[in-house]
Amino acid sequence: MSSFKGRNIISLRDMTTPDLWKIVTTAEEVKSGKHRGCLLDKTIASLFFEPSTRTRLSFESAVVKSGGSVFGFADPGSSSQKKGESFSDSIRTVTGYCDAMVIRHPVEGAARLASEVASVPVINAGDGANQHPTQTFLDLFTIYEEFGRLENLKIGIMGDLKYGRTVHSLTHAMSLFGAEMVFISPPSLEMPSTILSDLSDKGVHFRTAKTPEDAADMNLDILYVTRIQKERFGDPLEYKNVAHGYRIDRNTIASLGEQVRIMHPLPRIDEIAEEVDNTPNAIYFTQAHNGVPTRQALLGLVTGGIN
Amino acid sequence: MERAYKVYAINNGTVIDHIPTPLALKVVEILGLGNEGIFTIGVGFQSKSLPGGKDILKIENRILLESETDTIALIAPDATINIIKDGRVSEKRIISIPQSIYGVMQCPNPNCATNKLGAHRHFELEDKNTMTYRCQYCERVTEILPENLTAPE
Ligand SMILES: [Zn+2]
Repeated sequence: MSSFKGRNIISLRDMTTPDLWKIVTTAEEVKSGKHRGCLLDKTIASLFFEPSTRTRLSFESAVVKSGGSVFGFADPGSSSQKKGESFSDSIRTVTGYCDAMVIRHPVEGAARLASEVASVPVINAGDGANQHPTQTFLDLFTIYEEFGRLENLKIGIMGDLKYGRTVHSLTHAMSLFGAEMVFISPPSLEMPSTILSDLSDKGVHFRTAKTPEDAADMNLDILYVTRIQKERFGDPLEYKNVAHGYRIDRNTIASLGEQVRIMHPLPRIDEIAEEVDNTPNAIYFTQAHNGVPTRQALLGLVTGGIN
Repeated sequence: MERAYKVYAINNGTVIDHIPTPLALKVVEILGLGNEGIFTIGVGFQSKSLPGGKDILKIENRILLESETDTIALIAPDATINIIKDGRVSEKRIISIPQSIYGVMQCPNPNCATNKLGAHRHFELEDKNTMTYRCQYCERVTEILPENLTAPE
């Protein structure tokens, strides 16, 4: 594992397994009360070139909780981009005001470009359809916290597997830890074949399924649910029919077994019934809350506040 | 008698043979030769190895760099390259597809930072067998198609 101090966090492709371990175990330490004030005297820029309220609040909460200060903008309307300044010039300017910057941008590769012109560490908070690495880190931390391990878990990943960057990153990460996987989706939203053949090459055990009940024999540890977007379907009736089969309720849990833990990157629309919320199976709100210690850990590591 | 001499012989420079017809102009484009020096193109010679014919490109007074000749391998993997000095072949250059491609390949993803934010085009080889490359910005994997190759940035 290379040192984290000064490092850019742009893509899961740049991360090794020991890197992921370091982030997860540091997040656990932060949550248990260690590393208080790890961002004391640090200023973090929070640059959201497209709105994402949840991610922004999670990052900003992380900065404040660790004793740092945060400035920035929440949507492009308030940025200098409107005045025609180039993206690179905006980054070159802001880099002189802060100790690290968090960037959300609708263009794929924007965070990578920013990291090349900035002299402080850049953290990618989502670049278009490409990467959103801190979502994967908090997913891993939540799994580790729940199961006490990351290795050899059985995980079902369900929903829009074709376009979902979250599920692609999670699949990649879980494959590093020897997970057995099942991909549950309607035929039109299956996991891309390039990813499946990649998994085969790596010797990962996986299968595909049409419904969560098809995986009932697996004794899944985790069912990771993602939203199926209406926009992916030309016909609203087709969407309705499909979405109906991908709704998790108490019956689904009964068929998957009481051991199963349900995760979701949120926001949820109606793919998980509210009756699931108060069961011990639901860990999606804990998962969302874990974004804060995970981002505290990451910011502490890249600014040198945590070794 | 070498077929290449059907095109004017040159004393110093680079001769590129076995370019599949009609890609010689594409090679001129990706080498950025449009505005400099003298070059001669022969189009549509018969060829045993290239059933559609071959093109020949001669560039006077310029020795191409290896990074440039490797770029040619992207569209003409079987091209042969001779460096000519004082009227003689001084080097038969072996070409292979490059590990990195800078500038000449446009990312097909319209929402890529190279197309939207002025990032400099940069691809790295993903898989030699399928000739696929990964954009270092949007991280999409793409096949090499002549239409995605353009003049250097
Ligand atoms: Zn690209």
